[in-house]
Amino acid sequence: MHASLAIWIMQAFNGLSTFSVLLLMALGLAIIFGQMGVINMAHGEFLTIGAYTTYLLSHASEKWAPWLSKWYFLVAVVVAFSLAGFVGLLVEHLLIRRLYRRPLDTLLATWGLSLIMQQTFRSAFGAREVSATLPDWLMGSLKPTPAIDIPINGLFVMGLTMGLTALVFVLLFRTRIGVDVRATMQNRAMAGAAGINTGRIDRFTFAFGCGLAGIAGAAFTTIGSTGPTSGSLYIVDTFLVVVFGGAQSLLGTIASAFTIAQTQATTEFFMTGSMAKVLTLSAVILILMARPQGLFTLQLRR
Amino acid sequence: MSAPILQTESLSVSFDGFKAVENLSITVDTDEVRAIIGPNGAGKTTLLDLISGRTAPTSGQVRFKGRELTGMREFQIVRAGIGRKFQTPSVYESLTVFENLEMSYPDPRSWWSAWRFRRSAEVVALIEQVADQVYLKDRLKDRAETLGHGQKQWLEIGALLIQRPELLLLDEPVAGMSVGDREMTAELLKNLSKGRAVVVVEHDMDFVKKIAHRVTVLHQGRLLAEGPMEGVQGDPRVIEVYLGH
Amino acid sequence: MPTPHPSAQRANALRHLTTRLVTDLRGRENTYFLILAVLLLVAFPLFMDVFRLNLVGKYLTYAFVSLGLVLCWGYGGILSLGQGVFFGLGGYCMAMFLKLEASDPVSTSIQSTPGIPDFMDWNQLKALPLFWAPFRSFGFTLIAIAVVPAVLAALLGIPMFRRRVGGVYFAIITQAVASILAILIVGQQGYTGGINGITDLKTLHGWDIRTDSAKRILYYVNALLLLGGVGVGFSILRSKLGRLLVALRDREERVLFTGYDVASIKTFVFVLAAIYSAVGGAMFTLQVGFMSPSFVGIVPSIEMVIAAAVGGRGSLFGAIYGTLLVNFGKTYFSESFPELWLFVIGALFIAVVMLFPDGLAGIDLRGAILRLVLRVRGGRRPMAASAAPPAKGELSAEPAGSSGAGAVGT
Repeated sequence: MHASLAIWIMQAFNGLSTFSVLLLMALGLAIIFGQMGVINMAHGEFLTIGAYTTYLLSHASEKWAPWLSKWYFLVAVVVAFSLAGFVGLLVEHLLIRRLYRRPLDTLLATWGLSLIMQQTFRSAFGAREVSATLPDWLMGSLKPTPAIDIPINGLFVMGLTMGLTALVFVLLFRTRIGVDVRATMQNRAMAGAAGINTGRIDRFTFAFGCGLAGIAGAAFTTIGSTGPTSGSLYIVDTFLVVVFGGAQSLLGTIASAFTIAQTQATTEFFMTGSMAKVLTLSAVILILMARPQGLFTLQLRR
Repeated sequence: MSAPILQTESLSVSFDGFKAVENLSITVDTDEVRAIIGPNGAGKTTLLDLISGRTAPTSGQVRFKGRELTGMREFQIVRAGIGRKFQTPSVYESLTVFENLEMSYPDPRSWWSAWRFRRSAEVVALIEQVADQVYLKDRLKDRAETLGHGQKQWLEIGALLIQRPELLLLDEPVAGMSVGDREMTAELLKNLSKGRAVVVVEHDMDFVKKIAHRVTVLHQGRLLAEGPMEGVQGDPRVIEVYLGH
Repeated sequence: MPTPHPSAQRANALRHLTTRLVTDLRGRENTYFLILAVLLLVAFPLFMDVFRLNLVGKYLTYAFVSLGLVLCWGYGGILSLGQGVFFGLGGYCMAMFLKLEASDPVSTSIQSTPGIPDFMDWNQLKALPLFWAPFRSFGFTLIAIAVVPAVLAALLGIPMFRRRVGGVYFAIITQAVASILAILIVGQQGYTGGINGITDLKTLHGWDIRTDSAKRILYYVNALLLLGGVGVGFSILRSKLGRLLVALRDREERVLFTGYDVASIKTFVFVLAAIYSAVGGAMFTLQVGFMSPSFVGIVPSIEMVIAAAVGGRGSLFGAIYGTLLVNFGKTYFSESFPELWLFVIGALFIAVVMLFPDGLAGIDLRGAILRLVLRVRGGRRPMAASAAPPAKGELSAEPAGSSGAGAVGT
């Protein structure tokens, strides 16, 4: 009994790691989708930007600044956010804003962008997966009991996610720009009439959402290796998380990411990984068909 | 007035706590033209939404020819004999007047009947007849986008008529129309009320005076006053509501 | 009123092209049809060797998917990013039949369990799974090819169309379904052949489908079926149903209040597109000799969309030519410049969306030349290539009534 409880706890913890990356991705996407109604199919590629950035910094610090090796990761998080955010700004300016109010077209165009980005990664870094070297303070695991093995990198990712989520909440609910974003989200016309520069808010929101994906990418390097298509692994799940969570509520997104990640981790306990994924996603879709507004929306309007 | 054809009973709907329509009980008879008036936000369009099935009420009932409408889907309500015209004209711009009317021709209205639909002599006859009723007999071959604003409204009314409705719900049919067109529309609606009930939401009081048998005044979702136009116009509560803000 | 953005103006043209097409281009259509028939049935077989003919035949199976997309997306406004699902279902049904025929006890006598497909034997299955058994019958297989995708499409469509789920939302769900099915097929390799799919298909009722003559015959069957599909498509588009589809795409609520059960019409056209794709999948299996999950998932599904979009989602012919073009391009690039292909297709997506939403079919050559001539002459600039000015309020290539997930039913 004790052994299987231990396995259960570790499996649940596994779920939490997946949950963290998923949440970071979903937060970025939910903000973009909720605020701009834009579906960014290239969102996964921003994760990949963050991941490759971390990898590069890992190797650069090993080669040229070994004294930085311990702490490069924190630098990487910042750089990943900035770089992904910057690329996001470019994309918003060149592509997204020209497709304003055309969500289906945005979907297709950003898919094209994702293909271009994927090939860029492939041409630059090769098709094989690469890994960032884990700094030693992230290696190893905690062992609260001899049977339970909790990897430290997983804990770190979770901590990072919680911190970031808290930061997003603070930004959205306690700062001026957060007020502007929320106003634009709820009633664009009125926000514009009230003097909010909705174009600027859109740019900021999109870039911020992409930046969050970049951080997700940095976090991702601690639990897996990176390849040109790493982002696309998460994209379908991320969309389902956002849609399942109701797209208008951040709490809904968190609850949704948690539910989906944990359901998958738990079912993996009983069957193969692929069947677990199939079952989880099918369940989500079935629920969505019965309740398209998502499971966690609080308002019910006909 | 003949028998009642539409009855709402304690009809209410609220959105997130905002009571758009509250406890509305109205009866409309056949052969009647009923105008619904009231200041903006009084719930007039919402009332039409509730009757036509576009919005579900939070409580209360809507009965049409004795049938309970709440819970029926929009297209079922249309097939039951209620025609709804929206505020903004929505004719099919690239189609001709004839084709616009044909689109609303009441073949059984399934995908199969639409696929097998043939423009028989019977169809043509009905379309021409309806076009005549709405003053568009000479424009049958013209594209809808070439019509004037007033004519587009008439085309929409024609598209409703061709389905042989027993109740017409018209939301601001003369908004944006010239004076001459308004006259013609008043004539049209008076003719249409024979054998049918017509409910009109309007702001133009002269127009309402011309066509309405009775007037229902709404204010903040509630029934304020009801009766022939003269009585309502003289009602001090109505005057206060319209002039008091 | 501010002038609409040029890309939106071009997007308007799609609306007009499709709306007029369904009402008055009878004569021209018949000519185009004849040209296509001659091209497929006479020109290609005459000038191509069997290998290339087979390749074209393969592309033409993708064209089935494109035809379906023209009907449900170009005209109905329903974007499905999961047509690979139906293509795969049709293909797998046919593959299962053919595989069972190729796995008779005599040729599989060396297996530890003879009489079942080889991959089942490798996966230590001891008996044929129950759901495989009915596929011994060709009649059942043919029916399944149409019915299974149709049922799935109906199950997906009915609840979502009833709830007036928006276009983007629907597209994401179809994408998720594609992903799920691909994962399922790959994961259950004992039952489905896994990532390699079902291969080594040999004969159809004893007729060897791998010979050159068989490939020729299958090509003709495919081409005839495709032409038939075009015919069915036109029958719909020319009818009141065709106008209804366009009306539904542009003004869904209006159609609803005209007494039409919009959900059932949308379901019909979505199911039809599914059947088209399934037929394509089945013909693919026959001509190419295998079926695998690489045709089922997200990426192939979206490639099918781009093929239809490039050719012209508003034109049945355009979609076919577009599919041929995109697939020729893919083959060429994959052989000569494999690194470039994803760049090209990615750029194509963006270009189609931003620059030519009506695809190649929408390029108004006469209009463009006319404008050029007038500009050179220094005359007035004509406003738009097509005779009719853009309709008010219709400023996007996508359905006017669609909305994102956050605005369901509004």
